[in-house]
Amino acid sequence: MAFALWTPLIIPAFLAGLSLTNGFSRFRRFSGVTASAVVLLSGLLLVTAALQDQVPSSAGGVLRADALSAYMLTVVGAVGLVSTWGGLGANTAGHGKYAGSYDALVPVFLAAMSMAVLADNIGLMWASVEATTIATAFLVGHHRTRKSLEAAWKYVILGSVGVAIALLGIVLIYAASRGAGEPTLSWLSLSQTNLPLDPALIKAGGALAVLGFATKAGLAPMHSWLPDAHSQAPAPVSGLMSGVLLSVALYAILRIQSITDAVIGPEFLRTMLSIGGLLSLAVAASLLIRQRDYKRMLAYSSIEHMGLMAIGAAIGPAAMPAVLLYILGHGLTKATLFVISGRILAVEGTPVIADVRALLVRQPGLAIPWLIAMAALLGFPPSSIFFSEVGIIMAGWAAGMGTVVAAALVLLLVIFAALTRLTIAMTFGSPPSPVARPSYSPHGPLLPLVLALGTTATVAFIGEPVGALLIRAAAVLGGAS
Amino acid sequence: MVETVYPQLIGLFAGGLLLTSVLMVWRHSLLASIRLLATQGIILAALVATIGMHEGEAELLVVSGLVLVVKGVALPWVLARQSRATTHMADESPRLNPTAALLAVALLTILSYAVSSRLAGLNASIPAHAAPIGLAMVLVGFLLLVTRRRARSQLVGFLLLDNGIATIAFLTSGGVPLLLELGVSLDVLLVVLILYAFAGRMSNKFGNTDIDQLRELHD
Repeated sequence: MAFALWTPLIIPAFLAGLSLTNGFSRFRRFSGVTASAVVLLSGLLLVTAALQDQVPSSAGGVLRADALSAYMLTVVGAVGLVSTWGGLGANTAGHGKYAGSYDALVPVFLAAMSMAVLADNIGLMWASVEATTIATAFLVGHHRTRKSLEAAWKYVILGSVGVAIALLGIVLIYAASRGAGEPTLSWLSLSQTNLPLDPALIKAGGALAVLGFATKAGLAPMHSWLPDAHSQAPAPVSGLMSGVLLSVALYAILRIQSITDAVIGPEFLRTMLSIGGLLSLAVAASLLIRQRDYKRMLAYSSIEHMGLMAIGAAIGPAAMPAVLLYILGHGLTKATLFVISGRILAVEGTPVIADVRALLVRQPGLAIPWLIAMAALLGFPPSSIFFSEVGIIMAGWAAGMGTVVAAALVLLLVIFAALTRLTIAMTFGSPPSPVARPSYSPHGPLLPLVLALGTTATVAFIGEPVGALLIRAAAVLGGAS
Repeated sequence: MVETVYPQLIGLFAGGLLLTSVLMVWRHSLLASIRLLATQGIILAALVATIGMHEGEAELLVVSGLVLVVKGVALPWVLARQSRATTHMADESPRLNPTAALLAVALLTILSYAVSSRLAGLNASIPAHAAPIGLAMVLVGFLLLVTRRRARSQLVGFLLLDNGIATIAFLTSGGVPLLLELGVSLDVLLVVLILYAFAGRMSNKFGNTDIDQLRELHD
């Protein structure tokens, strides 16, 4: 099964190389879809291995896929497939003069995320997260307008400085392991072999590493790059960044947390993550109330969901299965919404909510999937986001974090009201001028959206193998493997 | 190596690193900052070579060569190549005046010594005594990032921050594993190339690289 550790890295890299050659130009628009499919298949293969208690590893243990890594790889592939396939519509993806670089960078981005979740080495994980910044820099600035240039500059400066802080933290953790007599960066040995690590160094290193990766995960107060980058990138890239890149950064935080928890206990990071999570919810709530741009609305909603996931991570092992299910549900729903937002932008020609009126009457082909996906995002059952949110809140209550959870609930209500109002403003109402013939065309492939929303609606009800997988993946972080 | 020379060499090179960082804050000309960055890269390579010879680790000598090539030559060259074409607008008008900036550097250096003294595990070896210098470089890099207005001057701040992290890594644990060092160098090089490309696009679109121009996206 070890080959499945290499396919999500090598095949996308190969496709990226092909996309840059001229002979491949007719097929290169499918490079992103193919790369996502390869990542998804490899992820599913590794998941079956994980369910049989195998832990494939390769390259001397540097690449390793336990249940958590396999699950994350599957999420990367699934969200990637929805974003890239949904973005194949003729006028939505960024297919203009620079199509070659676009089609090459998307597979590189997927390969970098796959490497980040498969590496059993916090140094390699760091390098991969930094590589995602490099791969997405030109994707964010793809439209080459003044605004997209501004978004890309802020994104690269904040992203790489943030991740540099994480490197400082990793250096300190490495120094601690050297002090303990066994220099290592493998998170497995750091978290499970009871090395006599220096608590002060681990505390400082862990705090810096979490702070750095939190920048990339879009947690407040380091979130300011996120709405700009997500609103300016082409829709499929926004879907990938919002749907999985943020979660991959959260995954890095979870791995760091498993190291610090083993040495200094959970209290320290619990405080840090609770504050970050609540701040994110507060920022999202205050900026969603008067939001005018629907892509920025989706971006702030990502900050909200990352905030709640951070609170789940703060609660600890009891909330972990819910957080992991959340990563999948949010990824698929958000990718769907960004894909549809790209189509609305292409059809309506404006990102302003106030200018998009009565979509249900004029463009029911777009409005109906948009409404269903927004309902899933808001947490209406049977969307798996509902079960994740309930799971996190219940676990927080049981773990004695009632104040944090109660504050989060209040903010969630505000966000719920704000998002509902904005969605209704876009879809309902009567059009300014009578419509001759409503368009039922979805303006692009409909199947990926149906599959994504279908999966979010059903996944929470499948006890075997999804539930079993989530419990195994959560157990990886709990210390027992 | 003679045992008494080793701590002195470490002290000398660490002092050189701090001095170049302070000078970077003091000088406003972009070209001067880039020359200082190159000097700093060379000093850092010398520091790594000293530690490597003392510890008898061949791997560190390889890393020293890598540091020399990347931080001492390649990155400054990339930055300088574009700056020479645009020297007429390379002068910086920072948000802080020089006196205030130098005072801030002094405070940040004291802060980094205060913070490092609380990390008991850092004081185990001779090089680790100099580790606060690395932290001071990181903080000064932040200062540059926050106070400079031109896009390319911000890049200098970013590279200073990165040098600071590398200094801490070498002083506390003899550097990170070679493979990671390669990955980190490659990442930093690519980030700088990307930012350099964006700065070029900015010059074309806005006529200059004043990041105060970046004010269109807001809520």
